[in-house]
Amino acid sequence: MINASLKDLSLALAAKKISSVELSSLFLERIERLNPTLNAFVTVDREKSLQMARDADARIAAGTAGPLTGIPIAQKDIFCAEGWLSTCGSKMLANFVSPYDATVIRKMHAEAGLVSLGKTNMDEFAMGSSNETSFFGSVRNPWDTERVPGGSSGGSAAAVAARLAPAATGTDTGGSIRQPAALCNLTGLKPTYGVVSRYGMIAFASSLDQGGPMAASAEDCALLLNTMVGFDERDSTSLDRPVEDYARDLDKPLNGLRIGLPKEFFGEGCDAGVMSAVRAAIAEYEKLGATTVEVSLPNSHLSVPAYYVIAPAEASSNLSRFDGVRYGYRAPDYGNLDDMYMKTRAQGFGAEVKRRILIGAYVLSHGYYDAYYLQAQRIRRLIANDFVEAFKHCDVIMSPTSPSTAFKLGEKAADPVQMYLSDIYTIAVNLAGLPGMSIPCGFVGGLPVGLQLIGNYFAEGQLLNVAHRYQQATDWHQRRPGGIE
Amino acid sequence: MLRLGGAVGKTFMIPYNAFHFKTLCTAKKSLAPMSLTLEQVKRIAHLARIEISDDEALTTQGHLNGIFQLIEQMQAVDTTGVEPMAHAQDVSQRLREDVVSETDRRAAYQAVAPEIEAGLYLVPKVIE
Repeated sequence: MINASLKDLSLALAAKKISSVELSSLFLERIERLNPTLNAFVTVDREKSLQMARDADARIAAGTAGPLTGIPIAQKDIFCAEGWLSTCGSKMLANFVSPYDATVIRKMHAEAGLVSLGKTNMDEFAMGSSNETSFFGSVRNPWDTERVPGGSSGGSAAAVAARLAPAATGTDTGGSIRQPAALCNLTGLKPTYGVVSRYGMIAFASSLDQGGPMAASAEDCALLLNTMVGFDERDSTSLDRPVEDYARDLDKPLNGLRIGLPKEFFGEGCDAGVMSAVRAAIAEYEKLGATTVEVSLPNSHLSVPAYYVIAPAEASSNLSRFDGVRYGYRAPDYGNLDDMYMKTRAQGFGAEVKRRILIGAYVLSHGYYDAYYLQAQRIRRLIANDFVEAFKHCDVIMSPTSPSTAFKLGEKAADPVQMYLSDIYTIAVNLAGLPGMSIPCGFVGGLPVGLQLIGNYFAEGQLLNVAHRYQQATDWHQRRPGGIE
Repeated sequence: MLRLGGAVGKTFMIPYNAFHFKTLCTAKKSLAPMSLTLEQVKRIAHLARIEISDDEALTTQGHLNGIFQLIEQMQAVDTTGVEPMAHAQDVSQRLREDVVSETDRRAAYQAVAPEIEAGLYLVPKVIE
């Protein structure tokens, strides 16, 4: 049961082979047993979860259940959930019990009837690629506990990989769903910007942040995404568009699919083992009827520099709300109001968050605004235009998700620039606002490799189809780490 | 802002977003530097309202300069005539009817504040 797909769990619940209380208890027991090693969850509230499970069982009995009612999942701790600690991985919010639900949480609980097993660990305010910036300590990768799970949705990734939850939510600002999915052998999807509401999703870089599903397969991701999307009045950038069923095209054959391979993503800078796994996956796609074409993203080398101006600029503005007045941490000792702000923020934020706030404050400041911030926004346009051009020649773009497999804990923690470069293939997708996925495509030295799929705007259904067909032909996504039984 | 006699040494105020970097920053107009001085690091930290010790400033200076070296790659690109892209979707801001849409949840929201009294947020006294 712990390895079952969401579809199979749904069938088992509907057929009353298992109740939601039994299923949720099974996963809660696993969390209790395995979380001390992995540190994937920062908050578990057994009673709350079981109450949701009882409610779900009542809905199933009454015949008012949706397709995923009663299925337990893990929630990244960036999503505010009423009555739950919602910490965003920060000391600043370590005691923050949210008085309201994020739209994603509300939809998943109230509408879909999913059961939340708890809140997962993450890089502080989603700023990191290894989960090492969390105030609550590093998360360990179930494939090798001396290695990082990736970040920032590292807790969600480790939880699903170790089957502490059948699936999880994540968020992706520069690769935070795709990179941990790659490093933990999961399927993860970052939707087109604006498809999933950001209301109640604690803001990092508002023009880039997007929530999405992380699960074992494309099919699971499709079913979960169906519960997350939709227009939301409360998010000013939410897109008002017709609702789709993201599972509708899963089985479509791939004959004639044109795969674009950006030459910039197949050059130097990627681990050779990772690259050969990615090339083998592309060969498999050719067997499935796809053709490949070389495309170019000539400005992609500028995506990391532009991102490290735009994201910190937005973050410095967003995080100004943490001032020790209305919620969250306040320093115990202070003098005047300014001193209270300064001490609260010095003590409440970790080193990486402070670095990004400072970068943001600097690039937005008078005299540097044009040279940095506007220049970065112009480069963002060039990067987005590159994709427009590339999609004239192909239907989907493929590349490695991450230039390496999971690295060791501490390996890059002292060098921010090295850490930033681990998102070299994912960041351009956020800048352009496109949907992207990572799917398992092999192993190097026992560690998972991810294949990145990039689609055109609103092509989530197509990406899931492309991922699903590959997963029908291969079994990489079904491999589980040892030692988690 | 109003003051209540009951609270010793405290002023009640409705908070606002306290930091407006663009207007607060007084950095001189100049070309983007290749590296930040220690004084600049301290100045930015002050503008961002983050207390920073001399040791921290020194470490931060090293890290920031590494990051700015990465960022400087942008300067080599000619972007004349390129429209800045602030957002992924080219949509305009929605308007809505000016009617009440939220219920009163003041008590719930204030329950998570570090310090409140009589429905107001408490902060150190800001005016005599």
